[in-house]
Amino acid sequence: MHMAMASDAPGNEFRLGMLIYDTRYRSLTIQVIVLILFGLAVAWLLNNTVQNLEAKGRTFNYGFLWQRAGYDIQQQLIPYTNDSTHFRALLVGLMNTLVVAILGCIGATIVGIIVGVLRLSKNWLVSKLMTIYVEIFRNIPLLLWILFIFVPLGELAPNPTDFRVTEEMQAAGEEPRASMILFDTVAITARGVNAPYPLLERPLGTVDVAGIPFNLSVLAFLAVVGASFYANSLIRRRARAVQEATGVRPVIWWKSLLILFAPAIVFLWALGFHLEVPELTRFNFSGGVLVQNSFIALLIALILYTGAFIAEIVRAGILAVSKGQTEAAFALGLRPNRTMSLIILPQALRVIIPPLISQFLNLTKNTSLGIAVSYLDLRGTLGGITLNQTGRELECMLLMMLIYLIISLIISSLMNIYNRSVRLKER
Amino acid sequence: MSDTHAQTVRFVRDTMLPAATAPVGERGAVKWLRENLFAGPWNSALTILAIFVLYQALSSIIPWLLNSMWNAGSLSECREILAAKGDTSGACWGVIRTRWHQYMFGFYPPDLYWRPLLAFGLLFIALSPVLYYGSRQAATAIAGAATAFVLLALLGLGEGAGRLAVVGGVLLALTALAWVAPKKLVWVTALYAPVCFLLLWGGSVWSPVVALLGFGLIVAAYIWGQGVLGTVGSVGAGIVLAVLFWIYIDVPLAIALSAVVPIGLQPVASNEFGGFLLAIIIGVTAISFSLPLGILLALGRQSNLFIVKTLSVGFIEFIRGVPLITLLFTASLLLQYFLPPGTNFDIILRVIILVTFFAAAYLAEVIRGGLAALPRGQYEAADALGLDYWQAQRLIILPQALKISIPGIVSTFIGLFKDTTLVSFVGLMDPLRGVTQIVRADLDWKGIYWEPYVFVGALFFVMCYGMSQYSQYLERKLRTDHR
Amino acid sequence: MKRSVFFGALTVAGLAAGASAAATLDEVKARGELICGSNTGLAGFGAPDASGNWQGFDVALCKALGASVLGDATKVRFVPTTGETRFTALASGEVDVLIRNSTWTLTRDTELAFDFVAVNYYDGQGFMVKRDLGVSSAKELDGATVCIQTGTTTELNLADFFKSNNMTYTPVNVADDSEAQRQYLAGACDAYTTDASGLAASRATMPDPGSHVILPEIISKEPLGPVVRHGDNNWGDVVRWTYYALLTAEEKGITAANVEEVAASSTDPEVRRLLGVEGDMGAKLGLDPDAFKRAIAAVGNYGEVFEANVGEATPIGLARGLNALWTQGGLQYAPPFR
Repeated sequence: MHMAMASDAPGNEFRLGMLIYDTRYRSLTIQVIVLILFGLAVAWLLNNTVQNLEAKGRTFNYGFLWQRAGYDIQQQLIPYTNDSTHFRALLVGLMNTLVVAILGCIGATIVGIIVGVLRLSKNWLVSKLMTIYVEIFRNIPLLLWILFIFVPLGELAPNPTDFRVTEEMQAAGEEPRASMILFDTVAITARGVNAPYPLLERPLGTVDVAGIPFNLSVLAFLAVVGASFYANSLIRRRARAVQEATGVRPVIWWKSLLILFAPAIVFLWALGFHLEVPELTRFNFSGGVLVQNSFIALLIALILYTGAFIAEIVRAGILAVSKGQTEAAFALGLRPNRTMSLIILPQALRVIIPPLISQFLNLTKNTSLGIAVSYLDLRGTLGGITLNQTGRELECMLLMMLIYLIISLIISSLMNIYNRSVRLKER
Repeated sequence: MSDTHAQTVRFVRDTMLPAATAPVGERGAVKWLRENLFAGPWNSALTILAIFVLYQALSSIIPWLLNSMWNAGSLSECREILAAKGDTSGACWGVIRTRWHQYMFGFYPPDLYWRPLLAFGLLFIALSPVLYYGSRQAATAIAGAATAFVLLALLGLGEGAGRLAVVGGVLLALTALAWVAPKKLVWVTALYAPVCFLLLWGGSVWSPVVALLGFGLIVAAYIWGQGVLGTVGSVGAGIVLAVLFWIYIDVPLAIALSAVVPIGLQPVASNEFGGFLLAIIIGVTAISFSLPLGILLALGRQSNLFIVKTLSVGFIEFIRGVPLITLLFTASLLLQYFLPPGTNFDIILRVIILVTFFAAAYLAEVIRGGLAALPRGQYEAADALGLDYWQAQRLIILPQALKISIPGIVSTFIGLFKDTTLVSFVGLMDPLRGVTQIVRADLDWKGIYWEPYVFVGALFFVMCYGMSQYSQYLERKLRTDHR
Repeated sequence: MKRSVFFGALTVAGLAAGASAAATLDEVKARGELICGSNTGLAGFGAPDASGNWQGFDVALCKALGASVLGDATKVRFVPTTGETRFTALASGEVDVLIRNSTWTLTRDTELAFDFVAVNYYDGQGFMVKRDLGVSSAKELDGATVCIQTGTTTELNLADFFKSNNMTYTPVNVADDSEAQRQYLAGACDAYTTDASGLAASRATMPDPGSHVILPEIISKEPLGPVVRHGDNNWGDVVRWTYYALLTAEEKGITAANVEEVAASSTDPEVRRLLGVEGDMGAKLGLDPDAFKRAIAAVGNYGEVFEANVGEATPIGLARGLNALWTQGGLQYAPPFR
């Protein structure tokens, strides 16, 4: 006690030098200095921005978002015309970004898993081919792949006019130079793929919430499907309870099928669901939906490029599970597929998922390379045409970065949640 | 009794039979095929599918490559020659033959090509101490290879004997230095940035030399001030001094010196840079400047100081959360708002700064992984030795963490190098899109599409694949160290 | 106000002189080099050749400006700008003048704070279609797919045209002219729309020009011209009058070949003022007396520039049309040198 008191004695009075030399205060000093420097830097940037805006006679406001956009966008997942506002164009672009990102993540995961497993295949030719695929795609810029895939889509496919049968041709008994595929429902042309589009005769309409349109039919359909899944899980839970109690699992597969599909089918029938098949008109196929080439090229390039990276992650994940695990599982009498699903995959997934999600993040950011094929995503609308027509680069760029940042943060917070849930629980 | 045995047993083999040859299915090519290509129905189906895919791909590419035309001076001429020969498809490499220098150097003056080439050769000599510190064989091999490459390239360009002798002399001297004292090559590394800057941009010798004095100030402040102010204090004071020096003394001093002793190289403007020269400049500069920044950010993120940590995390997550393309547009569109009114500087420099930030955020995460991989005991041991924070980092933690992170750093670099192609969207002449756009604006080559992309893609592949193989080699080498 | 920011060793030579509010001319003279914002590559108007020398109709005006301001047409640095970066490059002072077929509009004059000092090419937006499509008027294009360059005024004109005629169309956005041409030829669109000059240039370089028709409708006015920043009127005058000097030269029959001879022998007072033989026209702008003579000697008069780069003898094959001199029924009209 007395010893401790004695050693504390010099610290009782505060001297200025202690801010640097005393470890108790030093960290505080450093932080305060850093904070001041940071504040100064921010103030400097803001001051510069204000001065520059003043010098150019401009203001910083987002009023232009509610002005008429005046330009057209081909791919629109929500209704849009050139009379809509710039904000609406932004939303169309955002949807276009998200649709490429989501489909790309799904596709790249599938390609990555298949290629990653095939690279470990005993088949020499297949594993070599997969290695070549992975190395080629990983070592050449994505931009090149986008351009490379985009060109043949346009150059090799027929023109819409090639589908036409003129009277002379009928008289001569000639076939048109190109024809539709899949029971005359899908036409592949140099402009993209014309596919049937689901339509409702009695749609529920849309509701705008804060300028963002929500399609009630789609929401209701999702609700019905969600309810079916929930009901199905209830049935399975009851079946399990019965099994636990009596040792006999009741037959439920037909109940599951009925619950999963019947409500959705009835719902669609009630709304008058039908497919609209594209038809050749004066210049184009009209009706149905046109998936444009820039979208297809961007999506395929993103899937193949990211898929190559994911394949490596999957391969490393599988190799990371030690062979002893397989042997132990076999020793317990588990069959190979049970071993894979119960022993190997759960452990491999813990290694695979974190880098996989960071690949998803990369893919999402890489959708902005749609600029190379003039795909009108968020960058193409807000950061491209809107920016150009209004000349408000500061507002547009900042808003665009903010939106990308929010998307990225959502994805990485999902990753953190997952990481926490699969963390090794050591007891 | 000798024949008893003979009576009871009719036949006794006293020599071994020669081994029978294995059945046809178990030897040679057949065995290999059976095991590796047709080991079961599923496997066989895969093989057949693979052969089909391979055939489909090669059947269109091979004739196109075989019918390559190197001599045509324009696309139409090339197509005419091909049509005259009766070939339906063929590659017109004439575009590469007439425009290769733009793909490599952009609009860099052709009679000055020796300068970027020498800088390129020196890059490897400067890198050798980083990759293989103190290894005589490795350093000499790298320096020798770089010398041979540069000299061969210069010969190929038809340079005069005088220039060849000067460049060769410098490189051979450095190769000799690598043999005699490989550790001394660190000086080449330290001085590489200003030398390379001088070689590429030219201008007065004095501007890089004087700018280097600023760094000298930091080192001097550290050496003399460490005892009084501690590491952070002395380096901080040094940085303040250096910044003051750069702002107020640098330019007048450089101008004065070049007025007194005018030595220099012919200046080359930034907008004449292009092609792979530009890609390599942006890639190498960004990665080397981002390394220290990335280390600081990683340390900041691991730090106990709340504000430092928050700022580091904020910076890293912001940069990693937005696409590189938006950062490039920031460099070209927004910096004019953020800098003092009237400030305006080179677009290449602006792009390099933003790409450096981008790379630093990614490197910070790589290095953080390396820091996290170190056993806790290393930190505790450093504390037990009584080292302060910076001593512990410098002597114990960082050397190990960086060593673990090298593969990650290399793959970040590969990613960055590939991403340099994006600078074409802000009007710079990257090899992929920028130069190709210019080539296709020429009436002779209007409509050419595949050949430039195949050429650029092949070059990118060679460089990136080489680097990734090197990083895998490092990974293997380091793995043995740690087990 | 002129400040610079330094980022260590790399920056010193990387720094361009700061843009300032009022004295671009002084800065160009001090720098000894004119920085001209140009196209990233548009055949006939502005593109570098195999040895990196820029050529074209817009480029010639840059060179003339270099000759009049600095006395040397080679002291011009061309900074390629895209449709998206061009105006920022000018606003931030990265380039001194932007000569890159940009359309003069009210918004660009006011909100973007630029001055369009002259119109060096009167253009209008048109359509090109394949002959076998059997279309003879743009009004028949209802339901067609149209290729269009993003970030240009043509995009808005197109939307307006189809709307006012109660028609629909599918836009295919493309980044630049060569890409638009490739897509149009591949059949990615039925019609390609851009400035009529660009259409003619594109058609001329297509493998089979005869199978493409340029439709008669011109749906917009596209006055293209050199652009400078608002507020630097003297510099705007320099650019404007250098351009008018080339026009006047054509009017007076002065060419690159005979300019010295004319200067020595001409008795026409306006020619003498133009060529700096008498009066102080150059000095009034802050230039040398023979500034315009040098410009004409460097690139020739307007007609020569036109014919050499985009005229009927070139692959581009444009007729003078609206760009003929006013004396020959066109719109090109230079105010008097007085």
